[in-house]
Amino acid sequence: MADTPLLSVSGLSVAFDTPRGTAKAVNGIDFGLDRGEILCLLGESGSGKSVTLRALMRLLPERRSKIGGRVTIEGEDLYALPERRVEDLRGKTVSMVFQDPMLAFDPVYTIGRQIAETILRHEAVSRAEADRRALELLEKVQIPSARRRLDAYPHEMSGGMRQRAMIALALACNPSILLADEPTTALDATVQMQVLLLLRRLQAETGMAVIMVTHDIGVAAETADRVAVMYAGRIVEQGTAAQVLKTPRHPYSVGLFASTVHAGLKHQRLDAIPGAPPDLTALPAGCAFAPRCPRREAACEVAPPPVTATADGRSVVCVSAAALARS
Amino acid sequence: MLSYFLRRVLYAVPIAVGVTLLVFMLLHMAPGDPVNAVAGPDAPADVVEALRRAYGFDKPLPYQYLLYLGRVLTGDLGVSVATGRAVAGELAQAFSNTLVLALGAALIGFVAGIGLGGVAGWHKGTIVDHLATVVSLVGVSVPHYWLGMVLVILMAVEANLLPAMGMGSTPGEQLRHALLPVLTMAVIPTGIVARSVRAAVGETLEREFVQALKAKGLRRGAIMLHVVRNVSPTIVAVLGLQFGYLLGGSILIETVFSWPGTGFLLNEAIFKRDLPILQGIILMLALFFVLLNLLVDVAQAALDPRMRRA
Repeated sequence: MADTPLLSVSGLSVAFDTPRGTAKAVNGIDFGLDRGEILCLLGESGSGKSVTLRALMRLLPERRSKIGGRVTIEGEDLYALPERRVEDLRGKTVSMVFQDPMLAFDPVYTIGRQIAETILRHEAVSRAEADRRALELLEKVQIPSARRRLDAYPHEMSGGMRQRAMIALALACNPSILLADEPTTALDATVQMQVLLLLRRLQAETGMAVIMVTHDIGVAAETADRVAVMYAGRIVEQGTAAQVLKTPRHPYSVGLFASTVHAGLKHQRLDAIPGAPPDLTALPAGCAFAPRCPRREAACEVAPPPVTATADGRSVVCVSAAALARS
Repeated sequence: MLSYFLRRVLYAVPIAVGVTLLVFMLLHMAPGDPVNAVAGPDAPADVVEALRRAYGFDKPLPYQYLLYLGRVLTGDLGVSVATGRAVAGELAQAFSNTLVLALGAALIGFVAGIGLGGVAGWHKGTIVDHLATVVSLVGVSVPHYWLGMVLVILMAVEANLLPAMGMGSTPGEQLRHALLPVLTMAVIPTGIVARSVRAAVGETLEREFVQALKAKGLRRGAIMLHVVRNVSPTIVAVLGLQFGYLLGGSILIETVFSWPGTGFLLNEAIFKRDLPILQGIILMLALFFVLLNLLVDVAQAALDPRMRRA
């Protein structure tokens, strides 16, 4: 088991049938995840981050989506497994923290019941034991007066507390992979940091691997071991957090980081990337970023650029990758 | 929950009082002297005068209302102009007859409607859904008095299988008599309930928490239970309203099948200008609606914790 990768994704593509045509949300992405690693998928809304995350749990509606490529979890080919087996993986091996816990909890069941339900689904324990574990989990995510909160309904909690409860639920069966879909986006700024710190502490304690989807570079800098930047359903650049965040190479990453507000940039001009993300139902034949790219060449518009991997373990998908690496 | 229940019961009291006030005003809003409505157009003057005093029409209106309220509270709803019998007794008999039809139609309509709508909502967009939608559309659209007459012609006149009118005397006979009107009455609630259930189930399945339940590894059956719990408050409201309509809105059916229920009685009372009966039926049906609404609200609060705060 030790040498099979925890998670590996190769050539993953997702397309949805929409009334306006086929929307190509994810277009052939490759990445892997090692045990205990935190990977951040970084990108704008509509870049395919959340769709990728859901594809890793086979949660996309089967009738409306076309999925290609391969996802293996602990050596098992996810899309070749029978549905029953996938159901056993969900919530046990792989679990998910949703973006908005107000929407992701069932509003008419108590928090404790919903956590215990997951435990009872995957483990042969008594109801009393599941309830006891639910209490333990709420204490682990530092929810004040946890015993009382077991009987609370989602609408009776604050946003931050709900997200803590959501994390407790996701951790219920000690998953090896935690997928977090913009876990702090729906929260107040002050609570965001607390929840991030909590996630990082829990990750260190349990040794689980985490894939965190975010559009917030601060979140990536705070948590990630590795970062993958997504644009129009492709990973345009990936590497360690230090490599990608400190010295971005892909013109999109460079533009994205330059357009982000942070304290050091006060009174300076904020560089926005000109143009808008492409229409996913009509992607260009070549590089999807080319129409907005300051380094555009003739070759960019002909075919999708190749993946250029360098010896230091990072990869950039750009025709000018070699030149970018030197600069 | 208990405090919500008590509060909700208290809210029902002013509504019920308002209902009695409206029903009382009915008599006085009708054109002409109310005593003429009671006595009839040809009554001699001394009879009219005697009736005026007997009914208290010579007293001021607010006082009359209090007298009326007092009588209603003691179960005295007056005397039928047409038959001379106590309204309360007539009503009780008619109401229990209507209840037989309404309960039968509710049982069939609710079970069929929830089944059809549930299947359609769960398999939204599939052929099963389209079939169920057609069936429920037909149910809502077919005029039920017409359907009743067609059923009478087919089952009673042509095939001579079932009786066409009346309600029989023994329980077995009653069941045979009730079959056609119950089936006819069940058609509309089947359609409406099916449509509501389909919409509610379809909408709930689109919600994010269903994805989250799937992400926990729950199987279809367990997810279905969550969906049922979530749609039940909505469905309870629809069922309550439909049951109210079944009790009050069966005039056409009861007339077509000559079933001696409240609808039949109401129809007769309208044509005979039997105001005390009319008042009695309207009062009773309105109070029944108030009670149904109360029950629906309490049931909703029991099913959905978010409603307990309202």
